[in-house]
Amino acid sequence: MSTLVIKDLHVEIEGKQILKGVNITINTSEIHAIMGPNGTGKSTLASAIMGHPKYEVTQGTIELDGEDVLAMEVDERARAGLFLAMQYPSEISGVTNADFMRSAMNARREEGNEVSLMKFIRELDSKMETLAMDQDMAQRYLNEGFSGGEKKRNEILQMMMIKPTFAVLDEIDSGLDIDALKVVSDGINQMKGENFGCLIITHYQRLLNYITPDHVHVMMQGRVVKSGGPELAHKLEAEGYDWIKAELGIEDETVGQEA
Amino acid sequence: MTVETKLTMTEQDVRSFSASHSEPEEFTNLRVQALAAAEALPLPKPDKTKIINWNFTDFPVHTVESSTYSSLDELPEQVKSIVDTDQKNLYIQHNNTPAYISLDKNLQQQGVILTDIQTAIREHGDLVAKYFMTEAVKAEEHKLTALHAALLNGGMFLYVPKNLAIKNPVQAIFVHDNEEASLFNHALIVADKGSEVTYVENYISTVPKAKGQANIVSEVFAEDNASVTYGAVDVLAEGFTTYVNRRGVAQRDARIEWALGMMNDSDTISDNTTFLIGDNSVGDTKTVVVGRGTQKQNFTTQVIHWGKNSDGQILKHGVMKDSASAIFNGIGKIEHGATKANAEQESRVLMLSPKARGDANPILLIDEDDVTAGHAASVGRVDPLQLYYLMSRGITKQEAERLVIHGFLAPVVNVLPIEGVKKQLTEVIERKVR
Repeated sequence: MSTLVIKDLHVEIEGKQILKGVNITINTSEIHAIMGPNGTGKSTLASAIMGHPKYEVTQGTIELDGEDVLAMEVDERARAGLFLAMQYPSEISGVTNADFMRSAMNARREEGNEVSLMKFIRELDSKMETLAMDQDMAQRYLNEGFSGGEKKRNEILQMMMIKPTFAVLDEIDSGLDIDALKVVSDGINQMKGENFGCLIITHYQRLLNYITPDHVHVMMQGRVVKSGGPELAHKLEAEGYDWIKAELGIEDETVGQEA
Repeated sequence: MTVETKLTMTEQDVRSFSASHSEPEEFTNLRVQALAAAEALPLPKPDKTKIINWNFTDFPVHTVESSTYSSLDELPEQVKSIVDTDQKNLYIQHNNTPAYISLDKNLQQQGVILTDIQTAIREHGDLVAKYFMTEAVKAEEHKLTALHAALLNGGMFLYVPKNLAIKNPVQAIFVHDNEEASLFNHALIVADKGSEVTYVENYISTVPKAKGQANIVSEVFAEDNASVTYGAVDVLAEGFTTYVNRRGVAQRDARIEWALGMMNDSDTISDNTTFLIGDNSVGDTKTVVVGRGTQKQNFTTQVIHWGKNSDGQILKHGVMKDSASAIFNGIGKIEHGATKANAEQESRVLMLSPKARGDANPILLIDEDDVTAGHAASVGRVDPLQLYYLMSRGITKQEAERLVIHGFLAPVVNVLPIEGVKKQLTEVIERKVR
């Protein structure tokens, strides 16, 4: 079993404090969901875990099986087992999706032990089928000209090919229609197992109709303010966030505001 | 100010070189007149690059004798790798010596001409007289075109007759392996009405240094409804002063596409101009460049629209490292009367080191109201968010940069029609950006 421990995490972007002490522990075989309204720091948490160059951790720790994640470069974090499905993935002209994914897989392997081309293509084809992606997307340039939905599927495709220990999915459901949502959920559910842990960041409960989380956390004002089981997500869907705000005496849930 | 330049070649030298190649009198006269004009003519004025102190005139010898190749097995390994095994239409020049030629028998029978330029001057005088430095490039334009005409010492001629589409590419390889050699090469390509051809040329130095001049002119003529695809990979050694002028003239419904990989290690001035003379003609130019060391380069790409409904596309991507500098001028010019013309261009420069310099300079000159035009230009470093994205998949920073750079230069690599040449350009890029 692997464990990702986030402790007292404080993060700034361009001098502005966004996260003000986040604590979450995720084990493999667990699915965690982080919910919360816009502007409460959810995506900042995702970016800080992966090491986005604009986000500065000012306090706290992130450890993966006791290893200091914050001391690692972005690529080292990835090779250590972390993955982030990004909300706004970059477009890279001239680099085909397939070449990129092979490079990513080979980055985890010793020189001389690269993944065989045949095996790679077979696996890519089957995963693309799961995600109902056109086969020609393998030869298109990475995210260039992809629709919003295609980009999301492509993020999940990468996750399925790379098979990380922990995946953080940053609003993977936003902008997806119901069919696409089901397909993406199928992909994520395929990954479930004792060697995989997942942190799903979302505004909406509807994704959680297809992927049942073990733990649900609510973020407001840059902190986790409430945690619970799947029933918490249902309650949020039915009643919104106002009852939590009332319970905690929060007037404005966005960061930069204090209770 | 007019700079008087003492030329190393006299009229007598030019006359005797011309005579030794049994050139017709008209051609000898053309050379002699050009030589006389060269003394007084000014240098070209590539926008934003001062070349007044560049040495375009000195060279150790005008011509060197080199061996011919009786079979492709005799080629140097570097050259062998850029010839595909099934390459049927091939001209190889060894420094200044025509060294190997082959042309598909069927094409010969159908009237295709592929020959070295000297043979063309002797045996295809009418075609040469019609097209050689008459319309696309003129000897009296400036000092370097005049010198080119006077001192021409190599090159090739390709003629494609009416309505013939040549399926396999025609390849020309100019091998440079003698430090003393100078290349006054001329490629003349005529695609007659309704014909189609793909031509790929390689300039390849197998020695690390050069002492001579590379003064290269290509002229491409696409007659009505003809289509010419022109690919080039230039890898000339440090030490040359390179002037390379590639121009095309497209008549009605004709199409000229350029894919130029400019990988010289020498200082280089490049002019790539397409004249869209006929209605509905198309000019598509793609250029990629890698500059390194202390190289200074200027790449001017022009598409000039005369024809109605003509379409001109310019794409230029440059990577600059070390203390290299380069200017990328893109000029879309629409003449009065060229209604419905479309001129688009995109110039992007990627800087890999703080001392590198790059300037993307898009220019639109429009003398007609009923047209469309657009340009995009950018100069910058590798996007940190692109690197972050690639690295977040486990790819090292170095490999991520490599992927971004190769992707940036892919527009030319991907369209080169010969596998060996595509691979060569990829390897040259790899070597130059490392």
